[in-house]
Amino acid sequence: MSRFFTQDHEWVDVDGDVGTVGISEYAQSQLGDVVFVDVPEAGKTLSKGDEAAVVESVKAASDVYSPVSGTVIEGNAALTEDSSLVNSDAEAAGWFFKLTLSDPSELDSLMDEAAYATFVEGL
Amino acid sequence: MRYLPMTQPDREAMLAVIGAATIDDLFVDVPEAARLDGPVRELPMHASEMAVERHMSALAKKNLTAGEAPFFLGCGAYKHHVPASVDHLIQRGEFLTAYTPYQPEIAQGTLQMLFEFQTQVARLLGTDVANASMYDGSTACWEAIVMARRITKRGKAILSSGLHPHYVSVANTMAKFTGDVLDTTAPELVADMDLDQLIAKIDDDTSCVVVQYPDILGRIADLRPLADACHAKKALLIAVVTEPVALGAITSPGEMDADIVVGEGQSLGVGLQFGGPYVGLFGCKDKYVRQMPGRLCGETVDADGRRGFVLTLSTREQHIRREKATSNICTNSGLCALAFSIHMTLLGEAGLRQLAEVNHAGAVSAAQRLSQIPGVELVNDSFFNEFTLKLPTEARPVVRTLADRGILAGVSLGRLYPGEDALANGLVVAVTETTTAEDVETLASALQEILA
Amino acid sequence: MSINQSGWRPTAPEANTGGVPASVTGNKALMLEEALIFEIGDTHTTGVDFEFLPGTGRGTIRRMVEGAVRERAVLGKPPSTSCAGPPPRAGEDRLAGLSRTAPIGLPGLSEPETVRHYTRLSRQNYGIDLGFFPLGSCTMKHNPRLNEKMARLPGFSDVHPLQPVDTVQGALEVIHQLAHWLVTLTGMTSVAMSPKAGAHGELCGILAIRAALEAKGEGARKIILVPESAHGTNPATAAFAGYSVEDIPATAEGRVDTAALKARLGPDVAGVMITNPNTCGLFERDMREISDAVHAAGGFVYCDGANFNAIVGRVRPGDLGIDAMHINLHKTFSTPHGGGGPGSGPVVFSEALTPYAPLPFVENRDGQFVLVEEETAGEHHAGSFGRMVAFHGQMGMFTRALTYILSHGADGLRQVSEDAVLNANYILRSLDDTLDAPFGPSGPCMHEALFSDSGLAAGFSTIDIAKGLIDEGFHPMTMYFPLVVHGAMLVEPTETESKAALDQFIAALRSVAERAKAGDPSLKTAPHFAPRARLDETLAARKPVLVWKDPAPLAQAAE
Repeated sequence: MSRFFTQDHEWVDVDGDVGTVGISEYAQSQLGDVVFVDVPEAGKTLSKGDEAAVVESVKAASDVYSPVSGTVIEGNAALTEDSSLVNSDAEAAGWFFKLTLSDPSELDSLMDEAAYATFVEGL
Repeated sequence: MRYLPMTQPDREAMLAVIGAATIDDLFVDVPEAARLDGPVRELPMHASEMAVERHMSALAKKNLTAGEAPFFLGCGAYKHHVPASVDHLIQRGEFLTAYTPYQPEIAQGTLQMLFEFQTQVARLLGTDVANASMYDGSTACWEAIVMARRITKRGKAILSSGLHPHYVSVANTMAKFTGDVLDTTAPELVADMDLDQLIAKIDDDTSCVVVQYPDILGRIADLRPLADACHAKKALLIAVVTEPVALGAITSPGEMDADIVVGEGQSLGVGLQFGGPYVGLFGCKDKYVRQMPGRLCGETVDADGRRGFVLTLSTREQHIRREKATSNICTNSGLCALAFSIHMTLLGEAGLRQLAEVNHAGAVSAAQRLSQIPGVELVNDSFFNEFTLKLPTEARPVVRTLADRGILAGVSLGRLYPGEDALANGLVVAVTETTTAEDVETLASALQEILA
Repeated sequence: MSINQSGWRPTAPEANTGGVPASVTGNKALMLEEALIFEIGDTHTTGVDFEFLPGTGRGTIRRMVEGAVRERAVLGKPPSTSCAGPPPRAGEDRLAGLSRTAPIGLPGLSEPETVRHYTRLSRQNYGIDLGFFPLGSCTMKHNPRLNEKMARLPGFSDVHPLQPVDTVQGALEVIHQLAHWLVTLTGMTSVAMSPKAGAHGELCGILAIRAALEAKGEGARKIILVPESAHGTNPATAAFAGYSVEDIPATAEGRVDTAALKARLGPDVAGVMITNPNTCGLFERDMREISDAVHAAGGFVYCDGANFNAIVGRVRPGDLGIDAMHINLHKTFSTPHGGGGPGSGPVVFSEALTPYAPLPFVENRDGQFVLVEEETAGEHHAGSFGRMVAFHGQMGMFTRALTYILSHGADGLRQVSEDAVLNANYILRSLDDTLDAPFGPSGPCMHEALFSDSGLAAGFSTIDIAKGLIDEGFHPMTMYFPLVVHGAMLVEPTETESKAALDQFIAALRSVAERAKAGDPSLKTAPHFAPRARLDETLAARKPVLVWKDPAPLAQAAE
């Protein structure tokens, strides 16, 4: 399994043709306390860069873009119950949704962990 | 000028601190051509408090007030007695001259009041939640239609023929721009609301059905079959209440499973005020709360663990969401919501129910008396404090003639539905606790005389 | 002498040297806690007496209801005593079988309890009457009480919107007179009076623009350009009216980038929404040039008039090529903010947009005031885009605004903008050595001074300064707006503050800012002297509690 990052601070773990998407630790640290997450429903088709989910703090709402194209398999129901998972565990239990990738070659344009770390450093 | 505390020496001292020679230097960014060299011409100069009072009083005297005439107008605005303490309390400077409670530590008064208001409104409308108020009933009604579109992702709304024509007109205006499809018809002068006709129109493209309760002619109908029909097609039922006092007497729309209930709260605390400001009520089921427009106040605790209140779920709103907001609404109708809430607290459940009883009893009595006039028919089978009479002639000139005699007889349907000939003889008459038996008798005799 | 029997032996007060125990009640002398009405009221209590109580009834209706009360009737078992004419059918009401059976759960209080409840709540609020309220973009000026008195004249407060127009000539004349002032002060052609608030006025203006474009067969224009510094209502309004919103960049000095704006104009642009003076507190020098360019490209210019207080009586927006602008009567013209409304947002229009203005409006025909509504609009106003509200707008605000305007007159209003701008510049230049003023070098500000959070100690932000100001007895300025300045602090003093009040505020803000720069940890827990400490907004949003829920059903609890 390998992990990729976008410049918009989403991450995607890829296992076969299934991707799991979330936002990075850096992104959550910029939001403040997350109070609400709106995740996509299963069956929704997304193109790379589409608005896929919304994450809200008390004073801001941010769109989460899909890092790759595909069809949503599942939204993370745990976030509906406890949105603070995004703060406490952004890059694992705080995942947003899983999707089947329709074009794995899109991953080529994303950053790996080291490249993303450098990218964040430069912000 | 009595409202400007700055003195000339103050101004000069301040200019020196700023480093400007004259006030004009501060307006240097205004292009020369757009700068006026003196007070705007053709307008009078400042005036004393006495002079202004004389001017305004003279204008006020040109109006025939509801209090000085036998008065029977309703149709979305009702004359009720407002206890004296309501107006006293809303004029406390801490309420009157506060702003939106964006700094909750020093706005707990407004916030707690809004929390109480939201609860009172939700209970009255029979909904799970209510917001901190909208501009008025008509704009709340349109916002509910848009909310139903967001929830159902469908664009066709069916508006009952009994919905206030101004509310329909507002929705029509907005729908022209948003692309929503509205199904509207004018009402008929018949005894009952025709819910079957509405039910027959609901299809898989329907976002919502909008029904007024009691309706523009004063009629009341059980909304449960309509709610069931809506839900069977995954559409929402929106109920509109323009006379909240009625809900002291009859089952609320929320109790009959309406999804969104909006209303005009003017009846409680606010007064007639020639149409505004009023206070829009907006309640809905819990599951739709994130799609609601307008401000919401919520309970929380402070850093020391004490209960307190804040504006919450603000990410729905324009100042954060900008073009993705649920609405562009920026204010609520705060002071009118306060007046509503105080009046409701004074009444309490016992008082509201008594008030509703008095209203209904008065209306029953008046309907009987007026329908005894030869040629005058009572249209309604059911009503709360407002009913429709069918006159043997066009109602509009009759209303004008009665006004000349100092009687404000009601609202002619010709005024509300110009061009609808079938409605021209309709007269909507409202009776509240402020209407005396003598008022009814005065209207009845005068009407009989005119129609003879 | 006779001995002091009472035991009261007056002495000089002693200074407190130890701690102070918390009070049993939670009250702190004048700072009184107040429970919710749901906790102190019950459903049996009412603070209102009705006329049908035995012995006071007179007249038919009352006799009838009195009878009902004697029978302990509730609705569903209707009143049954006689009245003029035949009695109601026995055992029947006219409520379609929907008489309320379930309790509603509305608590009541007696009048003295009610007065005390709301009086206590009021004392937990900050208001203009209490002190300086420099909330940027909101124009929190003194609210003259003459306005309140005039609005309460029965001739204005007790008239129904659907009365025959012959019986409300004075009310229509108020609307007409205020309209005349607004049109003349702005140098425009007409005004729509009905919008209920500023944002509603924006919608009114944008809908008129869209109606005008559609009338010209140019309905395909789908873009509205909005500067990044705009109020959130601007993009929300444009989106609500079916437009896509595109940002216009700003220049380094805080104004619209005119070149970038001109470059973006084209056949897909319906118009621009520009706030002038803008939210950075600066006058848009190029406004006329921008208007001309937008017109040349076939679009219209909407001006957000929220900041009209800076220029009223000195500059007429009509001279800058504006096509539509809303005027917040609750800002420039002193109608009360009331804890968040009601507002009022009349919209002035250029000649080009006048035919599309909404209904209704008032016309003076040979001394007779006429209400033009749907019925007669066709005669000479067929292009109107329609109705925005039931009835005729915020009459209660019109009477207040007209009272204020007549009090000031043309000369007084000119003085208003002069003093408002003078006060803001005084604050800007008195504090720009302590706080970063990002656009200070751009020249004089208009009626608002803008600072950023640059230079504060690590971990300190604008909110800490705001909460510190609360302890100093001030309402904080607007925070974190406009979005284009990091940690923005937008200070709008208005013209109704004295120099002494400004000097005290400057001293307080200077002190709090110094503490934030020095990293004073006590600032992070401010306010310390307010009725509440900082509130947990995260908790409120994560688990929303929006209505009171009874621990036990209210009726039972009361018994």
